[in-house]
Amino acid sequence: MSESSAATNFTLAELLICACADVWREEGEVLATGIGIIPRIAQGLAKLTHSPGLMITDGEAYLTETPVVIGAKNHEGRAYAGWMPYSRVFDALWHGRRHALVGPVQVDRWGQANISCVGDFARPKRQMLGLRGFPGNSINHVNSMFVPNHGPRVFVENEVDVVCSVGYRKERWPAGVRNDYMRIHRIVTDLCVMDFGGPEHAIRVVSLHPGVSFAQVQAATGFPLLKADNLRETTHPTEAQLAVIRQLDPKDVRSKQLKDNPPGIRPAA
Amino acid sequence: MAQLDKTMRAADVVAQLRDGMTIGIGGWGPRRKPMSIVREILRSSLKDLTIVGYGGTDMGMLCAAGKVKKLIYGFVSLDFIPLEPFFRKARESGQIEAMELDEGQLHWGLRAAAMRLPFLPTRVGLATDQLTKINPQFRTVTSPYDDGEVLLAMPALKLDVALLHTHKADKLGNTRLYSPDPFFDELFARAADRCYVSCEDLVEQIASTDEADARCNPFERSLVSGVVLARGGAHPTSHVPGYGWDAAHLKRYCAAAEEDGGWAKYADEFLTGDEAAYQQAVGGLDAIIKLPRQVF
Repeated sequence: MSESSAATNFTLAELLICACADVWREEGEVLATGIGIIPRIAQGLAKLTHSPGLMITDGEAYLTETPVVIGAKNHEGRAYAGWMPYSRVFDALWHGRRHALVGPVQVDRWGQANISCVGDFARPKRQMLGLRGFPGNSINHVNSMFVPNHGPRVFVENEVDVVCSVGYRKERWPAGVRNDYMRIHRIVTDLCVMDFGGPEHAIRVVSLHPGVSFAQVQAATGFPLLKADNLRETTHPTEAQLAVIRQLDPKDVRSKQLKDNPPGIRPAA
Repeated sequence: MAQLDKTMRAADVVAQLRDGMTIGIGGWGPRRKPMSIVREILRSSLKDLTIVGYGGTDMGMLCAAGKVKKLIYGFVSLDFIPLEPFFRKARESGQIEAMELDEGQLHWGLRAAAMRLPFLPTRVGLATDQLTKINPQFRTVTSPYDDGEVLLAMPALKLDVALLHTHKADKLGNTRLYSPDPFFDELFARAADRCYVSCEDLVEQIASTDEADARCNPFERSLVSGVVLARGGAHPTSHVPGYGWDAAHLKRYCAAAEEDGGWAKYADEFLTGDEAAYQQAVGGLDAIIKLPRQVF
């Protein structure tokens, strides 16, 4: 069996790591920022396989050419190539050479996302994280999203409660406001991969994870979805990718990210 | 001519503060907060404060103690505990005014104040709900050049006082910051009328023979009104490379937000005495400075 052959035995978390890594393919020398365990393993996988030009940090303030291992107990063996304190992160992201993979709480049909709060802003029903970096990231550079719980509470029917990150809703863009630095590349969920390649940036499903049907994805989404012309099954991890994932996450923290750690190939619903 | 001596105690700093002031606090979430000065504010009768910063326990505790009228924040988080629980309570009860900002906008507003400008332009915030639901007082500005671009005019965030925690200072107000990330402490210092710095080590006069060490001076001493010796003063937040945050204490503190009268119990256990009593209650200074640094 060749190292690059498709694996037959892999978990959904591992499939998602590979699909997430793919969002940075052909991005070149951009700062890749994956928020959360699966996106973080994914950025390391991307850098160690198809996208060596990516810049990534140690999770604190330094750039490293060797992705740090998840769950390390100390700083031994770390090698720093550069410095990336938050002030420089802001400079880099306002400059545009960054691609973040972020985790929204709500997403609407225009790709606008909410992580601020639910309900009235003055006295929210549920305060969440706040705007954090969403307004700045979304208007300045390319972003992708990771949603490990694809459902109608995330992909809402109407507009999100608080628009934190910009999207493709025309009414949101008054004359004179530049929208040409923004782009939403992909949304990777536990059911499928989507992009904004439909008419007027409508969301389309571009690949379905093994055992998932389009009808199932549509039923879990609060707005109508398009099917990409070449809708296919999400590419399975290769043995080589799985080896890199094990190297980046030797303690298998990835197995605790999705409820019951489902297999990558799910029995058809 | 008499040598400058800006040495103070935390209580002297708090004696300079007034009800209703706008106070910026340096650090970032659970990292390098001037907590010994914050604890002195918690023990005081100060009220109606506007607190500005990348918030953590500082904002949460000040909200819990009823000191806050308004928060101006990029976030209020303890990092491994994503949402500060007393901040969440204050927000969900409608107890405080909130100017919620993008993280980059906050540094931009501080920078405008630091440069004595009324605002600085940015694209950040446009095409979101910030101008409709969150900060309707924000205005846009049109570029006077041929591009005619419409931009957000991020208002200056002028501070009455900035409070910071550093590794080392001298009596003149020279400072050293050895952390991996200096965060935006410099901008807080420049945006404020007066800046008070607590430090782990206070010396007569810093005189580095090493140029690289001199580059760890985050801002010039003319910005510093007072220096306070506070060994372990960032606890329970981190002070790397010296010590990590106290995860166990932070969990204990967060658990207090879940019980009725939890804050009163926390305050009774940890804040009735002075800083020495606080350090005793959390296990002693030796234990604080040995807290292992977090690995990310």
